[in-house]
Amino acid sequence: MRLAEKYIAFRTILIREVLRFSRIWIQTILPPMITTALYFIIFGNLIGSQIGDMEGFRYMEFIVPGVIMMAVITNSYANVVSSFYGTKFQRNIEEMLISPVPNYVILLGFVSGGVARGLSVGVAVTVVSLFFSSLHIHNPWVVISMIVLTSILFAMAGFINGVFARSFDDISIIPTFVLTPLTYLGGIFYSISMLPEFWQTASRANPILYMINAFRYGFLGISDISLPVSYVISIGFIVILYFFSLHLLNRGYGIRT
Amino acid sequence: MKKALSIQNLGKTYRGGFEALKGISLEVGHGDFFALLGPNGAGKSTTIGIITSLVNKTRGKVYVYGKDIDTDFNAAKSCIGLVPQEFNFNVFEPVIEVVANQAGYYGIERSLAFQRAEKYLKHLKLWDKRRVMARNLSGGMKRRLMIARALVHEPRLLILDEPTAGVDIEIRRSMWSFLREINASGTTIILTTHYLEEAESLCRNIAIIDRGIIVEHSGMKELINKLHMETFILDLGTPLESLPDMPGHTLQLVDPHTIEAEISREKTINKLFADLTSRGIEVLSMRNKTNRLEELFMHLVDGESAE
Repeated sequence: MRLAEKYIAFRTILIREVLRFSRIWIQTILPPMITTALYFIIFGNLIGSQIGDMEGFRYMEFIVPGVIMMAVITNSYANVVSSFYGTKFQRNIEEMLISPVPNYVILLGFVSGGVARGLSVGVAVTVVSLFFSSLHIHNPWVVISMIVLTSILFAMAGFINGVFARSFDDISIIPTFVLTPLTYLGGIFYSISMLPEFWQTASRANPILYMINAFRYGFLGISDISLPVSYVISIGFIVILYFFSLHLLNRGYGIRT
Repeated sequence: MKKALSIQNLGKTYRGGFEALKGISLEVGHGDFFALLGPNGAGKSTTIGIITSLVNKTRGKVYVYGKDIDTDFNAAKSCIGLVPQEFNFNVFEPVIEVVANQAGYYGIERSLAFQRAEKYLKHLKLWDKRRVMARNLSGGMKRRLMIARALVHEPRLLILDEPTAGVDIEIRRSMWSFLREINASGTTIILTTHYLEEAESLCRNIAIIDRGIIVEHSGMKELINKLHMETFILDLGTPLESLPDMPGHTLQLVDPHTIEAEISREKTINKLFADLTSRGIEVLSMRNKTNRLEELFMHLVDGESAE
Protein backbone atom coordinates (compact mmCIF):
# COMPACT_ATOMS: atom_id res chain seq x y z
CA MET A 1 0.00 0.00 0.00
CA ARG A 2 1.47 3.34 -1.02
CA LEU A 3 1.79 6.21 1.48
CA ALA A 4 -1.06 8.17 -0.16
CA GLU A 5 -3.32 5.10 0.09
CA LYS A 6 -2.42 4.65 3.74
CA TYR A 7 -3.34 8.28 4.33
CA ILE A 8 -6.74 7.72 2.65
CA ALA A 9 -7.33 4.65 4.83
CA PHE A 10 -6.36 6.63 7.95
CA ARG A 11 -8.66 9.50 6.97
CA THR A 12 -11.50 7.04 6.33
CA ILE A 13 -11.22 5.62 9.85
CA LEU A 14 -10.95 9.12 11.34
CA ILE A 15 -13.99 10.43 9.44
CA ARG A 16 -15.95 7.34 10.45
CA GLU A 17 -15.02 7.88 14.10
CA VAL A 18 -15.87 11.60 14.04
CA LEU A 19 -19.22 10.90 12.38
CA ARG A 20 -19.90 8.21 14.96
CA PHE A 21 -19.58 10.47 18.00
CA SER A 22 -21.12 13.48 16.20
CA ARG A 23 -24.28 11.50 15.35
CA ILE A 24 -24.81 10.73 19.02
CA TRP A 25 -23.73 14.15 20.36
CA ILE A 26 -26.46 13.99 23.01
CA GLN A 27 -24.59 11.03 24.51
CA THR A 28 -21.05 12.21 23.77
CA ILE A 29 -20.71 16.01 23.80
CA LEU A 30 -23.61 17.28 25.89
CA PRO A 31 -23.19 15.20 29.12
CA PRO A 32 -19.64 16.44 29.91
CA MET A 33 -20.84 20.03 29.39
CA ILE A 34 -23.62 19.51 31.94
CA THR A 35 -21.37 17.66 34.39
CA THR A 36 -18.67 20.33 34.30
CA ALA A 37 -21.27 23.10 34.65
CA LEU A 38 -22.37 21.32 37.85
CA TYR A 39 -18.75 21.13 39.07
CA PHE A 40 -18.36 24.85 38.46
CA ILE A 41 -21.63 25.68 40.23
CA ILE A 42 -21.11 23.42 43.25
CA PHE A 43 -17.35 23.32 43.77
CA GLY A 44 -16.41 26.57 42.10
CA ASN A 45 -19.20 28.91 43.16
CA LEU A 46 -20.91 27.49 46.24
CA ILE A 47 -18.05 25.72 48.05
CA GLY A 48 -15.24 27.65 46.31
CA SER A 49 -16.47 30.99 47.64
CA GLN A 50 -15.95 29.61 51.21
CA ILE A 51 -12.46 28.30 50.41
CA GLY A 52 -10.89 31.55 49.24
CA ASP A 53 -7.72 31.72 47.12
CA MET A 54 -5.53 28.79 46.19
CA GLU A 55 -1.92 29.34 45.05
CA GLY A 56 -2.80 32.99 44.47
CA PHE A 57 -5.92 32.37 42.33
CA ARG A 58 -9.66 32.24 43.05
CA TYR A 59 -10.65 28.60 43.70
CA MET A 60 -12.87 28.63 40.59
CA GLU A 61 -9.93 29.73 38.41
CA PHE A 62 -7.74 27.08 40.06
CA ILE A 63 -10.05 24.17 39.25
CA VAL A 64 -10.97 25.16 35.66
CA PRO A 65 -7.88 23.56 33.97
CA GLY A 66 -8.28 20.33 35.95
CA VAL A 67 -11.99 20.04 35.17
CA ILE A 68 -11.32 20.58 31.45
CA MET A 69 -8.55 17.98 31.56
CA MET A 70 -10.80 15.50 33.37
CA ALA A 71 -13.41 15.79 30.59
CA VAL A 72 -10.70 15.35 27.93
CA ILE A 73 -9.25 12.26 29.64
CA THR A 74 -12.62 10.61 30.17
CA ASN A 75 -13.91 11.27 26.67
CA SER A 76 -10.74 10.35 24.76
CA TYR A 77 -10.68 7.06 26.63
CA ALA A 78 -14.41 6.37 26.38
CA ASN A 79 -14.54 7.08 22.67
CA VAL A 80 -11.90 4.56 21.70
CA VAL A 81 -12.83 1.83 24.16
CA SER A 82 -16.51 1.89 23.16
CA SER A 83 -15.86 2.32 19.45
CA PHE A 84 -13.22 -0.40 19.21
CA TYR A 85 -15.18 -2.84 21.37
CA GLY A 86 -18.33 -2.09 19.34
CA THR A 87 -16.35 -2.77 16.17
CA LYS A 88 -15.21 -6.10 17.60
CA PHE A 89 -18.69 -6.94 18.91
CA GLN A 90 -20.37 -6.30 15.54
CA ARG A 91 -17.39 -7.93 13.83
CA ASN A 92 -17.00 -5.00 11.43
CA ILE A 93 -13.34 -4.90 12.51
CA GLU A 94 -13.11 -7.61 9.83
CA GLU A 95 -13.71 -4.90 7.21
CA MET A 96 -10.30 -3.51 8.12
CA LEU A 97 -8.57 -6.81 8.81
CA ILE A 98 -9.26 -8.22 5.34
CA SER A 99 -8.10 -4.99 3.67
CA PRO A 100 -4.45 -4.09 3.11
CA VAL A 101 -4.54 -1.25 5.65
CA PRO A 102 -1.57 -1.72 8.03
CA ASN A 103 -2.22 -2.26 11.73
CA TYR A 104 -0.49 0.97 12.74
CA VAL A 105 -2.89 2.91 10.49
CA ILE A 106 -5.86 1.19 12.16
CA LEU A 107 -4.42 2.12 15.57
CA LEU A 108 -3.74 5.73 14.58
CA GLY A 109 -7.21 6.04 13.05
CA PHE A 110 -8.98 4.93 16.24
CA VAL A 111 -6.66 7.00 18.47
CA SER A 112 -7.20 10.09 16.32
CA GLY A 113 -10.96 9.57 16.64
CA GLY A 114 -10.51 9.55 20.43
CA VAL A 115 -8.36 12.68 20.26
CA ALA A 116 -10.99 14.38 18.08
CA ARG A 117 -13.69 13.66 20.65
CA GLY A 118 -11.43 14.61 23.57
CA LEU A 119 -10.57 17.96 21.96
CA SER A 120 -14.19 18.63 20.93
CA VAL A 121 -15.34 18.05 24.50
CA GLY A 122 -12.36 20.10 25.77
CA VAL A 123 -13.44 23.08 23.67
CA ALA A 124 -17.10 22.66 24.68
CA VAL A 125 -16.20 22.49 28.39
CA THR A 126 -13.89 25.50 28.05
CA VAL A 127 -16.79 27.48 26.59
CA VAL A 128 -18.93 26.40 29.59
CA SER A 129 -16.18 27.55 31.97
CA LEU A 130 -16.35 31.07 30.46
CA PHE A 131 -19.80 31.45 32.05
CA PHE A 132 -18.22 31.02 35.48
CA SER A 133 -14.69 32.35 35.23
CA SER A 134 -12.46 34.49 33.05
CA LEU A 135 -9.85 32.47 31.19
CA HIS A 136 -6.18 33.17 31.95
CA ILE A 137 -3.79 31.72 29.40
CA HIS A 138 -0.22 31.88 30.60
CA ASN A 139 1.33 29.83 27.78
CA PRO A 140 -0.96 28.68 24.91
CA TRP A 141 1.64 26.24 23.54
CA VAL A 142 1.74 24.34 26.80
CA VAL A 143 -2.08 24.29 26.89
CA ILE A 144 -2.37 22.95 23.34
CA SER A 145 0.52 20.48 23.48
CA MET A 146 -0.50 19.06 26.88
CA ILE A 147 -4.16 18.58 25.96
CA VAL A 148 -3.18 16.85 22.69
CA LEU A 149 -0.61 14.59 24.40
CA THR A 150 -3.05 13.70 27.17
CA SER A 151 -5.85 12.85 24.78
CA ILE A 152 -3.47 10.71 22.68
CA LEU A 153 -2.31 8.88 25.78
CA PHE A 154 -5.81 8.11 27.06
CA ALA A 155 -7.16 7.28 23.62
CA MET A 156 -4.41 4.64 23.42
CA ALA A 157 -5.23 3.37 26.89
CA GLY A 158 -8.87 3.11 25.77
CA PHE A 159 -7.75 1.16 22.70
CA ILE A 160 -5.92 -1.40 24.86
CA ASN A 161 -9.00 -1.74 27.09
CA GLY A 162 -11.09 -2.26 23.93
CA VAL A 163 -8.74 -4.99 22.70
CA PHE A 164 -8.92 -6.92 25.99
CA ALA A 165 -12.64 -6.34 26.61
CA ARG A 166 -14.83 -9.41 26.15
CA SER A 167 -18.11 -7.89 27.28
CA PHE A 168 -19.70 -4.48 27.67
CA ASP A 169 -18.98 -4.72 31.42
CA ASP A 170 -15.26 -4.87 30.68
CA ILE A 171 -15.29 -1.48 29.00
CA SER A 172 -16.54 0.24 32.13
CA ILE A 173 -14.37 -1.51 34.76
CA ILE A 174 -11.14 0.43 34.08
CA PRO A 175 -12.84 3.87 33.82
CA THR A 176 -14.78 3.25 37.04
CA PHE A 177 -12.16 1.63 39.22
CA VAL A 178 -8.90 3.07 37.87
CA LEU A 179 -9.37 6.16 35.71
CA THR A 180 -11.87 8.08 37.85
CA PRO A 181 -9.98 7.64 41.16
CA LEU A 182 -6.65 8.57 39.54
CA THR A 183 -8.22 11.63 37.93
CA TYR A 184 -9.81 12.85 41.17
CA LEU A 185 -6.53 12.19 43.04
CA GLY A 186 -4.55 13.93 40.29
CA GLY A 187 -4.93 17.39 41.82
CA ILE A 188 -7.98 18.72 39.98
CA PHE A 189 -9.50 20.25 43.09
CA TYR A 190 -6.40 20.78 45.21
CA SER A 191 -2.68 21.38 45.18
CA ILE A 192 -0.64 18.41 46.40
CA SER A 193 1.33 20.85 48.55
CA MET A 194 -1.72 20.71 50.84
CA LEU A 195 -1.14 16.97 51.48
CA PRO A 196 1.09 15.39 54.15
CA GLU A 197 4.53 14.52 52.81
CA PHE A 198 3.78 10.81 52.46
CA TRP A 199 0.71 11.46 50.31
CA GLN A 200 2.60 14.06 48.27
CA THR A 201 5.15 11.35 47.43
CA ALA A 202 2.41 8.80 46.76
CA SER A 203 0.60 11.24 44.47
CA ARG A 204 3.71 11.48 42.28
CA ALA A 205 3.10 7.86 41.22
CA ASN A 206 -0.11 9.03 39.55
CA PRO A 207 0.63 9.97 35.90
CA ILE A 208 -2.51 12.09 35.67
CA LEU A 209 -1.07 14.46 38.28
CA TYR A 210 1.69 15.44 35.81
CA MET A 211 -0.75 16.17 33.00
CA ILE A 212 -3.17 18.19 35.10
CA ASN A 213 -0.36 20.24 36.61
CA ALA A 214 1.31 20.94 33.28
CA PHE A 215 -2.08 21.93 31.84
CA ARG A 216 -2.72 24.21 34.82
CA TYR A 217 0.70 25.74 34.26
CA GLY A 218 -0.34 26.59 30.69
CA PHE A 219 -3.37 28.48 32.04
CA LEU A 220 -2.21 29.93 35.34
CA GLY A 221 1.59 29.65 35.31
CA ILE A 222 1.61 27.50 38.50
CA SER A 223 2.41 23.82 38.92
CA ASP A 224 3.31 21.33 41.67
CA ILE A 225 5.44 19.43 39.15
CA SER A 226 8.30 20.46 36.88
CA LEU A 227 7.09 21.00 33.31
CA PRO A 228 9.83 18.95 31.52
CA VAL A 229 9.07 16.00 33.79
CA SER A 230 5.39 16.21 32.79
CA TYR A 231 6.32 16.13 29.11
CA VAL A 232 8.76 13.24 29.54
CA ILE A 233 6.17 11.21 31.48
CA SER A 234 3.39 11.91 28.95
CA ILE A 235 5.50 11.15 25.89
CA GLY A 236 7.06 8.12 27.59
CA PHE A 237 3.65 6.62 28.34
CA ILE A 238 2.46 7.32 24.78
CA VAL A 239 5.47 5.50 23.31
CA ILE A 240 5.00 2.50 25.61
CA LEU A 241 1.25 2.26 24.98
CA TYR A 242 1.72 2.70 21.22
CA PHE A 243 4.07 -0.26 20.92
CA PHE A 244 1.97 -2.38 23.25
CA SER A 245 -1.20 -1.61 21.26
CA LEU A 246 0.57 -2.39 18.01
CA HIS A 247 1.88 -5.65 19.43
CA LEU A 248 -1.67 -6.66 20.38
CA LEU A 249 -2.96 -5.81 16.91
CA ASN A 250 -0.11 -7.64 15.18
CA ARG A 251 -0.79 -10.73 17.29
CA GLY A 252 -4.47 -10.38 16.46
CA TYR A 253 -5.32 -10.57 20.16
CA GLY A 254 -9.10 -10.86 20.52
CA ILE A 255 -9.72 -10.20 16.83
CA ARG A 256 -8.18 -13.14 14.95
CA THR A 257 -8.58 -16.86 15.70
CA MET B 1 -4.02 -21.43 -16.85
CA LYS B 2 -3.33 -18.54 -14.49
CA LYS B 3 -4.21 -19.44 -10.92
CA ALA B 4 -6.41 -17.16 -8.86
CA LEU B 5 -5.89 -19.23 -5.74
CA SER B 6 -3.44 -21.92 -4.82
CA ILE B 7 -3.59 -23.67 -1.46
CA GLN B 8 -0.90 -26.14 -0.48
CA ASN B 9 -1.06 -28.50 2.49
CA LEU B 10 -3.12 -26.04 4.53
CA GLY B 11 -3.64 -27.03 8.14
CA LYS B 12 -5.37 -25.43 11.09
CA THR B 13 -5.49 -26.72 14.63
CA TYR B 14 -7.46 -24.57 17.04
CA ARG B 15 -6.43 -23.98 20.63
CA GLY B 16 -7.80 -26.97 22.47
CA GLY B 17 -6.55 -29.36 19.81
CA PHE B 18 -9.43 -29.44 17.31
CA GLU B 19 -7.94 -29.99 13.85
CA ALA B 20 -10.25 -28.10 11.48
CA LEU B 21 -8.06 -28.54 8.37
CA LYS B 22 -5.85 -31.57 7.87
CA GLY B 23 -3.53 -30.40 5.12
CA ILE B 24 -5.78 -29.51 2.21
CA SER B 25 -4.56 -28.52 -1.26
CA LEU B 26 -6.71 -26.72 -3.78
CA GLU B 27 -6.39 -24.71 -6.95
CA VAL B 28 -8.81 -22.25 -8.53
CA GLY B 29 -8.13 -20.90 -12.00
CA HIS B 30 -8.54 -17.27 -13.03
CA GLY B 31 -12.09 -16.54 -14.19
CA ASP B 32 -13.50 -19.68 -12.61
CA PHE B 33 -16.81 -19.91 -10.78
CA PHE B 34 -15.83 -22.38 -8.10
CA ALA B 35 -17.97 -24.14 -5.50
CA LEU B 36 -16.48 -25.03 -2.13
CA LEU B 37 -19.00 -27.34 -0.51
CA GLY B 38 -19.16 -29.32 2.67
CA PRO B 39 -21.39 -30.00 5.65
CA ASN B 40 -21.45 -27.68 8.67
CA GLY B 41 -18.12 -27.73 10.50
CA ALA B 42 -16.28 -29.31 7.54
CA GLY B 43 -13.67 -26.52 7.37
CA LYS B 44 -15.06 -24.23 4.63
CA SER B 45 -15.21 -21.10 6.75
CA THR B 46 -11.82 -21.83 8.32
CA THR B 47 -10.34 -22.10 4.82
CA ILE B 48 -11.94 -18.81 3.79
CA GLY B 49 -10.84 -17.22 7.08
CA ILE B 50 -7.22 -18.18 6.39
CA ILE B 51 -7.32 -16.93 2.79
CA THR B 52 -8.69 -13.58 3.98
CA SER B 53 -6.33 -13.42 7.00
CA LEU B 54 -9.08 -13.54 9.62
CA VAL B 55 -7.81 -16.89 10.87
CA ASN B 56 -4.14 -17.71 11.53
CA LYS B 57 -3.12 -20.94 9.83
CA THR B 58 -1.11 -23.64 11.56
CA ARG B 59 0.75 -24.79 8.45
CA GLY B 60 0.75 -24.67 4.66
CA LYS B 61 0.91 -21.99 1.98
CA VAL B 62 -1.72 -19.83 0.32
CA TYR B 63 -1.13 -17.84 -2.86
CA VAL B 64 -3.65 -15.37 -4.25
CA TYR B 65 -2.83 -14.52 -7.86
CA GLY B 66 0.70 -15.71 -7.11
CA LYS B 67 1.04 -13.49 -4.02
CA ASP B 68 2.04 -15.31 -0.85
CA ILE B 69 -0.32 -14.29 1.96
CA ASP B 70 2.58 -14.60 4.44
CA THR B 71 5.15 -12.45 2.71
CA ASP B 72 3.15 -10.34 0.26
CA PHE B 73 -0.07 -10.04 2.23
CA ASN B 74 -0.92 -6.47 1.18
CA ALA B 75 -0.88 -7.36 -2.51
CA ALA B 76 -2.78 -10.60 -1.79
CA LYS B 77 -5.42 -8.80 0.28
CA SER B 78 -5.96 -6.20 -2.45
CA CYS B 79 -7.03 -9.00 -4.80
CA ILE B 80 -9.74 -10.39 -2.49
CA GLY B 81 -13.33 -9.34 -1.83
CA LEU B 82 -15.20 -11.22 0.89
CA VAL B 83 -18.91 -11.69 1.52
CA PRO B 84 -18.94 -13.41 4.91
CA GLN B 85 -21.55 -15.78 6.22
CA GLU B 86 -22.66 -13.52 9.08
CA PHE B 87 -23.60 -9.86 8.87
CA ASN B 88 -20.50 -7.96 9.93
CA PHE B 89 -21.08 -4.32 9.05
CA ASN B 90 -21.72 -1.46 11.44
CA VAL B 91 -25.49 -1.47 11.76
CA PHE B 92 -25.44 2.13 12.98
CA GLU B 93 -23.97 3.46 9.72
CA PRO B 94 -25.94 4.53 6.65
CA VAL B 95 -25.76 2.02 3.81
CA ILE B 96 -23.68 4.24 1.52
CA GLU B 97 -21.08 4.82 4.22
CA VAL B 98 -20.70 1.08 4.86
CA VAL B 99 -19.73 0.65 1.21
CA ALA B 100 -17.68 3.84 0.75
CA ASN B 101 -15.70 3.28 3.96
CA GLN B 102 -14.70 -0.18 2.78
CA ALA B 103 -13.25 1.41 -0.37
CA GLY B 104 -11.34 3.83 1.86
CA TYR B 105 -9.61 0.94 3.64
CA TYR B 106 -8.21 -0.07 0.25
CA GLY B 107 -6.83 3.45 -0.30
CA ILE B 108 -9.54 4.53 -2.75
CA GLU B 109 -10.11 8.30 -2.74
CA ARG B 110 -13.42 9.29 -1.11
CA SER B 111 -15.00 10.82 -4.23
CA LEU B 112 -14.24 7.67 -6.25
CA ALA B 113 -15.40 5.53 -3.31
CA PHE B 114 -18.81 7.20 -3.40
CA GLN B 115 -19.02 6.80 -7.20
CA ARG B 116 -18.26 3.08 -6.85
CA ALA B 117 -20.72 2.78 -3.97
CA GLU B 118 -23.41 4.31 -6.18
CA LYS B 119 -22.58 1.93 -9.02
CA TYR B 120 -22.81 -1.24 -6.92
CA LEU B 121 -25.75 -0.12 -4.78
CA LYS B 122 -27.67 0.56 -8.01
CA HIS B 123 -26.64 -2.84 -9.41
CA LEU B 124 -27.89 -4.52 -6.27
CA LYS B 125 -31.07 -2.44 -6.08
CA LEU B 126 -30.14 -0.72 -2.84
CA TRP B 127 -29.60 2.82 -4.10
CA ASP B 128 -32.91 4.09 -2.74
CA LYS B 129 -31.84 2.79 0.69
CA ARG B 130 -28.47 4.55 0.67
CA ARG B 131 -29.31 6.94 3.55
CA VAL B 132 -31.03 4.26 5.63
CA MET B 133 -29.18 2.95 8.70
CA ALA B 134 -27.95 -0.55 7.88
CA ARG B 135 -29.82 -2.03 10.85
CA ASN B 136 -33.13 -1.10 9.21
CA LEU B 137 -32.55 -3.22 6.09
CA SER B 138 -34.30 -6.55 5.58
CA GLY B 139 -32.25 -9.77 5.66
CA GLY B 140 -32.05 -9.96 1.86
CA MET B 141 -30.98 -6.32 1.61
CA LYS B 142 -28.25 -6.89 4.20
CA ARG B 143 -26.90 -9.78 2.10
CA ARG B 144 -26.86 -7.56 -0.99
CA LEU B 145 -25.19 -4.78 0.98
CA MET B 146 -22.35 -7.16 1.85
CA ILE B 147 -21.95 -8.04 -1.83
CA ALA B 148 -21.80 -4.33 -2.78
CA ARG B 149 -19.24 -3.76 -0.03
CA ALA B 150 -17.10 -6.70 -1.20
CA LEU B 151 -17.08 -5.41 -4.78
CA VAL B 152 -16.36 -1.74 -4.13
CA HIS B 153 -12.57 -2.12 -4.52
CA GLU B 154 -13.18 -4.27 -7.62
CA PRO B 155 -11.36 -7.42 -6.47
CA ARG B 156 -10.07 -10.06 -8.87
CA LEU B 157 -11.19 -12.85 -6.53
CA LEU B 158 -14.61 -12.67 -4.89
CA ILE B 159 -15.30 -15.12 -2.07
CA LEU B 160 -18.93 -15.62 -1.08
CA ASP B 161 -19.63 -17.60 2.07
CA GLU B 162 -23.29 -18.64 1.85
CA PRO B 163 -24.42 -15.38 0.27
CA THR B 164 -28.00 -16.46 -0.34
CA ALA B 165 -28.76 -17.98 3.07
CA GLY B 166 -32.22 -16.87 4.16
CA VAL B 167 -32.89 -14.97 0.93
CA ASP B 168 -36.18 -15.51 -0.91
CA ILE B 169 -36.12 -17.23 -4.27
CA GLU B 170 -36.77 -14.09 -6.34
CA ILE B 171 -33.86 -12.19 -4.82
CA ARG B 172 -31.71 -15.33 -4.90
CA ARG B 173 -32.25 -15.65 -8.64
CA SER B 174 -31.49 -11.97 -9.24
CA MET B 175 -28.30 -12.41 -7.17
CA TRP B 176 -27.35 -15.43 -9.32
CA SER B 177 -27.75 -13.42 -12.46
CA PHE B 178 -25.68 -10.58 -11.00
CA LEU B 179 -22.93 -12.99 -9.93
CA ARG B 180 -22.89 -14.52 -13.43
CA GLU B 181 -22.40 -11.01 -14.83
CA ILE B 182 -19.55 -10.28 -12.42
CA ASN B 183 -17.93 -13.60 -13.30
CA ALA B 184 -18.37 -12.99 -17.04
CA SER B 185 -16.59 -9.66 -16.64
CA GLY B 186 -13.50 -11.54 -15.40
CA THR B 187 -13.88 -11.80 -11.62
CA THR B 188 -13.03 -15.21 -10.21
CA ILE B 189 -15.70 -16.37 -7.77
CA ILE B 190 -15.50 -18.92 -4.97
CA LEU B 191 -18.89 -19.81 -3.55
CA THR B 192 -19.87 -21.82 -0.52
CA THR B 193 -23.52 -22.67 -0.21
CA HIS B 194 -25.87 -25.22 1.25
CA TYR B 195 -28.18 -24.82 -1.78
CA LEU B 196 -26.66 -27.44 -4.04
CA GLU B 197 -28.83 -26.55 -7.03
CA GLU B 198 -27.25 -23.07 -6.70
CA ALA B 199 -23.75 -24.56 -6.88
CA GLU B 200 -24.73 -26.83 -9.80
CA SER B 201 -26.33 -24.00 -11.68
CA LEU B 202 -23.56 -21.43 -11.18
CA CYS B 203 -20.25 -23.22 -10.78
CA ARG B 204 -17.93 -24.86 -13.30
CA ASN B 205 -15.55 -26.47 -10.81
CA ILE B 206 -16.05 -27.85 -7.37
CA ALA B 207 -14.30 -29.04 -4.23
CA ILE B 208 -16.06 -30.89 -1.45
CA ILE B 209 -14.51 -30.72 1.97
CA ASP B 210 -15.44 -32.98 4.86
CA ARG B 211 -13.90 -33.15 8.33
CA GLY B 212 -10.94 -31.07 7.24
CA ILE B 213 -10.00 -32.98 4.10
CA ILE B 214 -10.87 -32.52 0.42
CA VAL B 215 -12.95 -35.52 -0.63
CA GLU B 216 -13.60 -34.33 -4.19
CA HIS B 217 -11.95 -31.74 -6.45
CA SER B 218 -13.03 -31.73 -10.07
CA GLY B 219 -15.13 -30.12 -12.76
CA MET B 220 -18.86 -29.92 -12.05
CA LYS B 221 -19.74 -31.92 -15.19
CA GLU B 222 -17.19 -34.64 -14.43
CA LEU B 223 -18.54 -34.90 -10.93
CA ILE B 224 -22.17 -35.11 -12.05
CA ASN B 225 -21.15 -37.81 -14.53
CA LYS B 226 -19.93 -39.91 -11.62
CA LEU B 227 -23.54 -40.26 -10.53
CA HIS B 228 -24.44 -43.72 -11.85
CA MET B 229 -27.97 -43.90 -10.60
CA GLU B 230 -30.63 -41.20 -10.66
CA THR B 231 -34.07 -41.34 -9.11
CA PHE B 232 -36.96 -39.74 -11.00
CA ILE B 233 -40.51 -39.01 -9.95
CA LEU B 234 -43.13 -39.65 -12.66
CA ASP B 235 -46.56 -38.04 -12.35
CA LEU B 236 -49.18 -40.23 -14.01
CA GLY B 237 -52.14 -39.19 -16.18
CA THR B 238 -54.40 -42.03 -15.00
CA PRO B 239 -54.22 -43.60 -11.55
CA LEU B 240 -52.75 -47.08 -11.11
CA GLU B 241 -53.84 -49.61 -8.53
CA SER B 242 -50.66 -51.66 -8.86
CA LEU B 243 -47.52 -51.66 -10.94
CA PRO B 244 -47.48 -53.95 -13.96
CA ASP B 245 -44.58 -56.34 -14.32
CA MET B 246 -41.73 -54.40 -15.95
CA PRO B 247 -38.51 -56.45 -16.06
CA GLY B 248 -35.26 -54.44 -16.28
CA HIS B 249 -36.66 -51.45 -14.40
CA THR B 250 -36.60 -50.56 -10.71
CA LEU B 251 -39.94 -48.94 -10.03
CA GLN B 252 -42.03 -48.21 -7.00
CA LEU B 253 -45.61 -47.03 -6.86
CA VAL B 254 -45.58 -44.23 -4.30
CA ASP B 255 -49.30 -43.51 -4.65
CA PRO B 256 -51.84 -44.18 -7.47
CA HIS B 257 -50.64 -41.04 -9.30
CA THR B 258 -46.88 -41.30 -8.72
CA ILE B 259 -44.11 -43.71 -9.70
CA GLU B 260 -40.53 -43.49 -8.42
CA ALA B 261 -38.04 -44.83 -10.98
CA GLU B 262 -34.35 -45.55 -10.39
CA ILE B 263 -32.47 -45.37 -13.66
CA SER B 264 -28.89 -46.37 -14.21
CA ARG B 265 -26.89 -43.94 -16.35
CA GLU B 266 -25.95 -46.82 -18.64
CA LYS B 267 -29.61 -47.10 -19.69
CA THR B 268 -31.65 -44.53 -21.58
CA ILE B 269 -34.88 -43.03 -20.29
CA ASN B 270 -36.43 -43.82 -23.71
CA LYS B 271 -36.56 -47.55 -22.85
CA LEU B 272 -38.53 -46.83 -19.68
CA PHE B 273 -40.98 -44.57 -21.54
CA ALA B 274 -41.39 -47.12 -24.34
CA ASP B 275 -42.23 -49.85 -21.80
CA LEU B 276 -44.65 -47.58 -19.91
CA THR B 277 -46.37 -46.53 -23.14
CA SER B 278 -46.71 -50.17 -24.31
CA ARG B 279 -48.58 -50.89 -21.03
CA GLY B 280 -50.90 -47.89 -21.54
CA ILE B 281 -49.38 -45.82 -18.72
CA GLU B 282 -49.38 -42.08 -19.44
CA VAL B 283 -46.75 -39.85 -17.84
CA LEU B 284 -47.71 -36.20 -17.41
CA SER B 285 -44.42 -34.91 -16.03
CA MET B 286 -41.09 -36.04 -14.67
CA ARG B 287 -38.59 -34.56 -12.19
CA ASN B 288 -35.49 -35.53 -10.21
CA LYS B 289 -36.31 -36.84 -6.76
CA THR B 290 -33.34 -34.84 -5.36
CA ASN B 291 -30.83 -32.51 -6.95
CA ARG B 292 -28.14 -34.56 -8.69
CA LEU B 293 -25.33 -32.80 -6.90
CA GLU B 294 -27.15 -33.34 -3.63
CA GLU B 295 -27.21 -37.10 -4.23
CA LEU B 296 -23.49 -37.12 -4.92
CA PHE B 297 -22.76 -34.83 -2.01
CA MET B 298 -24.56 -37.14 0.41
CA HIS B 299 -22.62 -40.14 -0.89
CA LEU B 300 -19.29 -38.33 -0.65
CA VAL B 301 -19.66 -36.82 2.81
CA ASP B 302 -21.11 -40.06 4.18
CA GLY B 303 -17.93 -41.76 3.02
CA GLU B 304 -19.79 -43.91 0.53
CA SER B 305 -18.96 -44.35 -3.10
CA ALA B 306 -21.20 -42.79 -5.71
CA GLU B 307 -20.66 -45.80 -7.91
